[in-house]
Amino acid sequence: MARKTALPAEVTIDARGFHYRELNEEIRRAAGRGARTIKVVNVNGQRYIGAGLGPGVRLLLHGTPGNDLGAFMDGAEIEVFGNAQDGAGNTMNAGKIVIHGQAGQIAGLSMRGGRLYIRGSVGYRSGIHMKGYEDQVPVVVIGGRAGAFLAEYMAGGRLYVLGLEDPPCPGRIPGNGPFRLPPRSRSLTGIYTGTGMHGGVVYIRGEVPPHLLGKEVAVSEPGPEDQRVMEEDLSDFASCFGLDPRTILGAPFVKIAPQSHRPYGRFYAY
Amino acid sequence: MSPDSRFPEAPAPPANPERTGEADTPRAFPSTGTAGENPPAVPVQDLKKKTRQKPTPFRRMRAAVRLHPDFRVIVDESRCTLCRFCVLQCSWDALDFDGRVVSYDENCVGCWRCFAVCPTYAIRIEPWPTMYRENASWTRFHATNVRKQAATGGKLLTGMGNDKPYPVYFDHLLIDACQVTNPSIDPLREPMELRTYIGTRPDRLDLERYRIEVLERKPAARGERGNGDLRRKMGFGPLLKLETPIMFAGMSYGAISLNVQKAIARAAQEMGTLWNTGEGGMHPDLYPYASSAVVQCASGRFGVDVAYLSRAAAIEIKIGQGAKPGIGGHLPGEKVTAEIARTRMIPTGTDALSPAPHHDIYSIEDLRQLIFALKEATRYEKPVFVKIAAVHNVAAIASGIVRAGADAVVIDGFRGSTGAAPTMIRDHVGIPIELAIAAVDDRLRKEGIRHRASLIASGTIRSSMDVVKAIALGADAVAIGTAALVALGCTLCQQCHRGRCAWGLTTQIPELVRRVDPDEGAELLKNLLSAWSGEIKETLGLLGLNALESLRSNRERLRAVGLEQAALDILGVKPAGR
Amino acid sequence: MYGATGSEGFSEERIPGGCAIFGVMEERGRRFSGSLAAEAIAAMRERSNGLGGGFAGYGIYPDFPHAYALHVMSLSHGAHEDLVRGIKGSFRVLHEEPIPVRHHPAIRDAPVLWRYFVLPPGEGEEDEEEYVARRVVELNSRVEGSLIFSSGPNMGVFKGVGYPEDIAEFYRLDEYRGYLWTAHGRFPTNTPGWWGGAHPFGFLYWSVVHNGEISSFDTNRRYLETFGYRCFQMTDTEVVVYLFDLLHRRHGLPLEIISGILAPPFWSEIEAMEEEERELWMMARQVYGPALLNGPFSVIVGHPRFMVGLADRIMLRPLVAARKGEMVYISSEEAAIRAVEPAPELVWTPEGGEPVVAELLPQAEEEEAVA
Repeated sequence: MARKTALPAEVTIDARGFHYRELNEEIRRAAGRGARTIKVVNVNGQRYIGAGLGPGVRLLLHGTPGNDLGAFMDGAEIEVFGNAQDGAGNTMNAGKIVIHGQAGQIAGLSMRGGRLYIRGSVGYRSGIHMKGYEDQVPVVVIGGRAGAFLAEYMAGGRLYVLGLEDPPCPGRIPGNGPFRLPPRSRSLTGIYTGTGMHGGVVYIRGEVPPHLLGKEVAVSEPGPEDQRVMEEDLSDFASCFGLDPRTILGAPFVKIAPQSHRPYGRFYAY
Repeated sequence: MSPDSRFPEAPAPPANPERTGEADTPRAFPSTGTAGENPPAVPVQDLKKKTRQKPTPFRRMRAAVRLHPDFRVIVDESRCTLCRFCVLQCSWDALDFDGRVVSYDENCVGCWRCFAVCPTYAIRIEPWPTMYRENASWTRFHATNVRKQAATGGKLLTGMGNDKPYPVYFDHLLIDACQVTNPSIDPLREPMELRTYIGTRPDRLDLERYRIEVLERKPAARGERGNGDLRRKMGFGPLLKLETPIMFAGMSYGAISLNVQKAIARAAQEMGTLWNTGEGGMHPDLYPYASSAVVQCASGRFGVDVAYLSRAAAIEIKIGQGAKPGIGGHLPGEKVTAEIARTRMIPTGTDALSPAPHHDIYSIEDLRQLIFALKEATRYEKPVFVKIAAVHNVAAIASGIVRAGADAVVIDGFRGSTGAAPTMIRDHVGIPIELAIAAVDDRLRKEGIRHRASLIASGTIRSSMDVVKAIALGADAVAIGTAALVALGCTLCQQCHRGRCAWGLTTQIPELVRRVDPDEGAELLKNLLSAWSGEIKETLGLLGLNALESLRSNRERLRAVGLEQAALDILGVKPAGR
Repeated sequence: MYGATGSEGFSEERIPGGCAIFGVMEERGRRFSGSLAAEAIAAMRERSNGLGGGFAGYGIYPDFPHAYALHVMSLSHGAHEDLVRGIKGSFRVLHEEPIPVRHHPAIRDAPVLWRYFVLPPGEGEEDEEEYVARRVVELNSRVEGSLIFSSGPNMGVFKGVGYPEDIAEFYRLDEYRGYLWTAHGRFPTNTPGWWGGAHPFGFLYWSVVHNGEISSFDTNRRYLETFGYRCFQMTDTEVVVYLFDLLHRRHGLPLEIISGILAPPFWSEIEAMEEEERELWMMARQVYGPALLNGPFSVIVGHPRFMVGLADRIMLRPLVAARKGEMVYISSEEAAIRAVEPAPELVWTPEGGEPVVAELLPQAEEEEAVA
């Protein structure tokens, strides 16, 4: 084994042509040799970047990281200059992921701690199975719109949907003719919002029509304690993207939370 | 010897009224109040003084035809509190009290009502111990029947469904589950649709027609009936919405009591499904539930008038039923009370006869004629079902029925229950519903007419899994009869035809009828439907399906264990392991 | 009767699998090299396991724009001769040649591969497309060990056992130019040796690439059989292509309705619609209930005039779309799009049941007509 020379605090890796395994090894090696900020350029589709990575490292990813970005991450920081794919923040335990773009399906799946900030919109099932306990509270902030099944089975943590911009529109919308299928939902969230939720809280910057809500949740107005955490979380979010927190906080929010901790008790015959 | 008054062909009974167990003149309870109304409460002491026939001592029976009882009553005197609830509740003259509970075992039918009301489990019923040498061929059942018939010269009669150990195909079918390559769906937290629509629909969506009728026409020019017109022009018949694929099967007022019908009707309406009047017409107390009712037009045409047809959701032409394919029905005069007489429009106390064929249907084209007569009379607003028993060429018959214009075919398998049927017919005629559904579904598809009618399966659906399997074999929905009665207390003692049901289900005797509270009964039935629906949803979820349409005829999701190749071929199911 | 039936290597067992799909269309009909699709699908190599890959290209045979290009694969020369005899007996053959291939170390045991540019004999009243469909199916059922795996005009399916980018290399797709390409990489759960089991599945001018598993397969299959289609148990993708053929070509329904039939809105959503829309979607679902595709799926369907991408009604499979000018991309993963188009103007995720449609612009069709 060659003698490990310490690396400068900032290094750059060109990911072009790298298989994810090689790339992630390279990243871990660089971190092990003292790099504190690792810039990775030409990222395209490599999976598991930052998987299991502990604190003390910052990854700046330019391009489109592949699925399971930051899976099981344990304290590192990732900033993505581009869109992320599916599974960003999968079962993340600690750390921070900031995405200057959209994310795909199941963003924040099973997150247990840390922060996931997405500037744009996300796909389905964002925040599914998020969990929290005492001080360990994951926070997910979605700047755009979320798809269906938001916060499904959520058990802890905080999740925000801000609707700061219109979701991208494909242009020639099929069915401008007489047989147009009405869009699923024009709302900030899709159908079955909060279905199966039994802990944690969701804050939506706008209205959520009742028919989109799962049966386990109820909508209410955020109280003073909510306002406090919202300010903290959203100021942090705003600072990551150069946004004005007052614009974000200035609009009315609704709070979505579970109605009961054991809604299925009466379903069984013994 | 008691009169066997159920069938006209039975010989006139001899004058000596020895009891054979077939007796049926329920004079046990005084008739107070008018039938159909809750009679005034009768104090305990009065009932004790009730007059009834004392059972005849055995010694006067001819030894050759002496029958042993089916059951014996065992009273644990150490537990008995002498409350006499059992005695008061027994409707079969099997219990009496003279300082302690005494039993007349020859009258016991094994219905266990006494047990249900005993506060200390002091009473139980046991089968009369087998006395004869064991014989696998000449079972006690056969021997007893021969004796009964020698004594009476009559046809054996019974109630409920086939109890013989023919194979239950449902119990040989197992269901697939998703793993790894396909995710299961969680029915409580993700969408799960059990809804189904019954009726006839076109085999394609005629968008040209839609364009002309809806998009190009000015609103004023559209048909007065709005959507009804549009749908008819697009080839739809009237469709009925079921929120769960479980309906109630036809059980007539006469066969069952009005309170039971009320319970069923209310449960059906509140759960978004349908109930069925059976062939006894619709009592006015049930009119509030008529919009969830399928009204039967059976061969006796009891209670059939335009109002009856028009207030219902659908009309069912009853050709046959699984318990007694090919033969007619007979409600004995004893069960034809004043209320029933009024509902059926026949004289009180006469036998209500439903002949085997409709006497205007002797061939398939006649069926078509009746179907359209009904449609014309109801202005094509009601779907017309045709109910048949599952018999050997059921596929061809069903095909004919669909081509005759029926909106749904209801097939009753050989295990279907009844209020009264000849025992031999019940036990030996017909085919299993599982095979029938698979065969009919295949045949209709092969002929390209499956879309023209819905298929409803009945004939012993015992659990939600039977429902799932029936649908996977090709049914659109199922109808339950026995299961509903069991939910209300029935213990399948098979004495429905005698009209003295201690549970108050298949009787018209007022004191017994009021043992069923319609509201409580409705809650029990709603619970049953709700529980089964929950299990069906769970099963759809583990199959990776979120809509019932995707289970229908999805035979690939079933596997069979222990079935012969022929059955596998007919069911269209592979053996487990493949 | 439509539908390919048995051949060696087929078994009664359905092989479920996971996959990667990709599609790209130039809406003006301007053609580009097949290597674009190969590059894109290569970026999703992780989703496949090398046991199947394939492509469909449209506009690739400008010399024979109206002839049906029959692609044939055979396990033996005997079977091949048999099938070709049948082809020559049913069609006028304008041109025939081996499908040009290039040796690739990872692509082994290739079958015999030929192509025939044919037209129906010309007499008879039957609709041309019906005739071709029937003849192709008949020939496929009759001959063991040989299969017509593509049968559309001016389009072709290229597939086999191997990673898709290697399959592209093998079939020399870089030498073809088409305006619509779809690609598929397969991850089956056992080891089929038979090239015919790979995707895309082609029927007439349709091609389908599919990711997922259809839980309602048997329900859909039985339904299609009532219309004369015959399915064959090895791949559930078949029902997708036959359903498109039935609903689009035979029932004349537009793509929005077809999507709303295959991945319908929920009853509760239908009830919440405005009256006219509600009636229409209620009727559509009541008629076409057995056509509902249940289970996780994302598909990309190719047709000479359009490309459609669709995911199941609760989006259990990913699908991303992008546009740059007249180029429309659909893919299982965004990275595949970025591999060939680093700066799309628009990137979006459709809803479950919401189709992504790219269509040939009217002027493109005019140009074609003039040419």
